[in-house]
Amino acid sequence: MTDPGTPGAGREVLGPDDVSRALTRIAHEILEHNKGPEGLVLLGIPTRGLPLAERIAARLAEVEPGFDPASQLGSLDITMHRDDLHRAPVRTLGETRLPAQGIDERTVVLVDDVLYSGRTIRAALDALSDLGRPRAVRLAVLVDRGHRELPIRADHVGKNLPTASSERVRVMLTETDGRDAVLISDGEG
Amino acid sequence: MDHLLTAAGLSRGDAVRILDTAAELAATQGREIKKLPTLRGRTVVNLFFEDSTRTRISFETAAKRLSADVINFAAKGSSVSKGESLKDTALTLQAMGADAVVIRHHASGAPHLLASSGWLQAAVVNAGDGTHQHPTQALLDAYTLRRHLAGPGPIGQDLAGLHVAIVGDVLHSRVARSNVDLLHTLGARVTLVSPPTLLPVGVEAWPCEVSYHLDEVLDQGPDAVMMLRVQRERMSSAGGGFFPSPLEYSRRYGLDARRLATLPSHAIVMHPGPMNRGLEISAEAADSDRAVIVEQVANGVAVRMAVLYLLLAGGRREDLA
Repeated sequence: MTDPGTPGAGREVLGPDDVSRALTRIAHEILEHNKGPEGLVLLGIPTRGLPLAERIAARLAEVEPGFDPASQLGSLDITMHRDDLHRAPVRTLGETRLPAQGIDERTVVLVDDVLYSGRTIRAALDALSDLGRPRAVRLAVLVDRGHRELPIRADHVGKNLPTASSERVRVMLTETDGRDAVLISDGEG
Repeated sequence: MDHLLTAAGLSRGDAVRILDTAAELAATQGREIKKLPTLRGRTVVNLFFEDSTRTRISFETAAKRLSADVINFAAKGSSVSKGESLKDTALTLQAMGADAVVIRHHASGAPHLLASSGWLQAAVVNAGDGTHQHPTQALLDAYTLRRHLAGPGPIGQDLAGLHVAIVGDVLHSRVARSNVDLLHTLGARVTLVSPPTLLPVGVEAWPCEVSYHLDEVLDQGPDAVMMLRVQRERMSSAGGGFFPSPLEYSRRYGLDARRLATLPSHAIVMHPGPMNRGLEISAEAADSDRAVIVEQVANGVAVRMAVLYLLLAGGRREDLA
């Protein structure tokens, strides 16, 4: 793992405390918007959306005893619905794990790390429609970096990060990368 | 991976990746909407020169669940019965734009010829060639073994430490050959049990043990017993000189209720189908709760979906370079 400041690692725009505060705020926004925890289902998009969804779920459980992570948290792999599969070497599938009650007539909050072109979310909406009919679908992301290619917008954003499309945004999480940070680097980084 | 021709050609990493992919795809097959859009617009040709119901249907189901277009090409009633060569058939499929060709052929090596000749650019999947290989059967057997015996959370695991007995007509069995190769690659110990007349020449060089006595092997407490079909269509009547009579074969090498009772409590019974009930496996054994024979069929669809996904979903190597 390279330290921030060394060449190629990129500039750190969010540190561990920023990530933590952003997730706490998102958790409260979700509750406020939904007027409580009833009918909520958090679905993290692997790889890094899943630990983010788990952390948001842990915060929801802290402030709302009515929230049950066992039945209101899951993961949604969207690989099979991507529109760019033929542009890259074949991708390894992630896990899709839905709560036993399913998603019908519940409010699904999709959780991902970075919102960029919007194509991942388009694929997630397609994947969801094969799994059931939620009452509503919302989107929570840690970073919105702009440059949308589809008419998609996030309901809950940890940090709006204006970037050039040549730049690279990298989210690191303790669960997958050993520490929490959001880095921006030049295209070559 | 450009083609799937033999089980021996798979590395441990390739094999585990196929099994992991199959595990995720199997989960999608329990849903109300089983179809995934992944291979939309791709064409899979099932090219079957030899009779097969379950393998062809399994591949057809797998391709359709991934939204590929499927063309079934059976040699009977086709231009092949008018004498068309494999080359001309391949050139026709190339002209039609096939992205994958699933081939079953009575001649060992036909899939290899199709993949290496340059006649067509499609990915070639061997669905059984002669007495040579049947890699997707070995993969679905490995998947079934891993699901039952590798403990909870089998993703990423191989079959290290398991002991599998493969019993019966090894000589005519591409299933046995493929399984010996793949299970060995995945770290399992394999014992072939067969009468000497039904073992191929050179079996001593295979990465497995060989025994002529089923009861002795069962006493070792194998984790799984795989019964092979006695391929009577490849023999003359009454065993064709390979064994004295069906009854004697059944007494010495058949899995019946008594032998089933000697197995360890966790052991599973497998059969690639179709079964000769009363010959290599008794009805009690085939219908017992140890038998995972019906589940093998379901797992076959998931494993074949995984193979088609891994061969067809990514960009072709020359386009990505």
